[in-house]
Amino acid sequence: MVRESFERELRRLQQEVVELGAMVEEAIQKAVEALKARDKALAREVVHGDALINRRRLEIEERCLELLATQQPMARDLRIFTAVLHIVTDLERMGDHAEGLGKIVLRLEDEPWIKPLLDIPRMRDIAVAMLRDALQAFVHSDAQEARAIAQRDDEVDALHDQVHRELFFLMIQNPRNVTQATYLMWATHGLERIADLVTNVCERVVFVSTGVMEELNVSGE
Amino acid sequence: MSREETASAQAVEAAAAEKAVFQIRSFSLWYGDQQALKDVSLDIPERRVTAIIGPSGCGKSTLIRALNRMNDLIPSVRTQGQILFRGTDLYGRGTDPVEVRRRIGMVFQKPNPFPKSVFENVAFGLRINGFRGDLKARVQWALEKAALWEEVQDQLHKSGFDLSGGQQQRLCLARALAVQPEVLLMDEPCSALDPIATGKIEDLIHQLKEEITIVIVTHNMQQAARVSDHTAFMLLGELIEFAPTKILFTRPGDPRTEAYITGRFG
Repeated sequence: MVRESFERELRRLQQEVVELGAMVEEAIQKAVEALKARDKALAREVVHGDALINRRRLEIEERCLELLATQQPMARDLRIFTAVLHIVTDLERMGDHAEGLGKIVLRLEDEPWIKPLLDIPRMRDIAVAMLRDALQAFVHSDAQEARAIAQRDDEVDALHDQVHRELFFLMIQNPRNVTQATYLMWATHGLERIADLVTNVCERVVFVSTGVMEELNVSGE
Repeated sequence: MSREETASAQAVEAAAAEKAVFQIRSFSLWYGDQQALKDVSLDIPERRVTAIIGPSGCGKSTLIRALNRMNDLIPSVRTQGQILFRGTDLYGRGTDPVEVRRRIGMVFQKPNPFPKSVFENVAFGLRINGFRGDLKARVQWALEKAALWEEVQDQLHKSGFDLSGGQQQRLCLARALAVQPEVLLMDEPCSALDPIATGKIEDLIHQLKEEITIVIVTHNMQQAARVSDHTAFMLLGELIEFAPTKILFTRPGDPRTEAYITGRFG
């Protein structure tokens, strides 16, 4: 394969990562919509859709191995490959968290919310925007942007902590709230993990761009 | 800091921690009017493998040949600057090029055995150097070092030309090793060999570096990445970058190195 077509393959590979990211984003969006509307059909769609995300991830991984074996990339090209291999793993895990949210919807009883469902959609909005921006930063190999995106994880963490405090209070207040509050805790935990995984993606973007692994946003721990 | 300064700063830094066998100081070389090396400064560390890479005509073969004064054989050659070999000026008046070449052996691109038996090929350098020890034992030792003994022990009196290409190259390696040089220069030693023979030579490089310093010129970047500890990238007679191999191939400092090793050069 001549270098020109290798360049094309490399761009295609990055595009495929962005497309996998779009599938994951849609799964997260739908999972939270299903939760808000308690739409079990939509939740089932998310749960079943996860297999497709897993398959796409493996396809990209195989493509990476083929290109590594046949092209022996070096320097920045090599860094892109290791980044792709890590990023698709992170995306697949985000997909698992979306699937987890879908499963929570399937388990919830049809009883009124113990608190208005406002913060979970906000966490989702931030996490999804982070994901979308991180993949753009990956395509453009923009380390500065990646560092800025990782900082937004703090907002998601703050919402997560706040929701947990409220849910604890509601459980103490009335033990009948425990079941629903537990499910909602799982849901917020899933979203918080998704934002953490986006931070990992940002670390890979910095690595591609600078050649140095940097841990981003560790102070938020 | 300019790129050139960065490259030489890296070169000094990379080799600082190790004892240098060669200290190349602002070395330039001309073939007639044509300048082939431009102000190259580089320390080559002892008992390490140093690879020199770069596109055709970049001066890498000229540089490696300068290390044992092989360029002396070309009448129009003129040099400037210094190459110190263990602290002594390689081009100084008191330096005997024949002695230099005994201490600094060389293996070339194409295997070039002499039209003699396997044994005599290896014994050749010993005989002309007036070796007084056990010749047979030394020949066997060199053939063992070159991982050829097992294959040729029963055919020592066969012509060197009857061996396969890979075996011939190992015979040349044994010939070079027989006089126990301190440095081995290898100018694209595997370019005429198949992957199996190449693998054998690369294994030998790994074993030999325990005892001697190796400098290898190669067109094959994967080979440089596999066998060397440090890599120098040259372009148009200049040293662009010298760094530990694992750094040079994963995060090179100079955009020209990056362009070359990722195949986007030119």
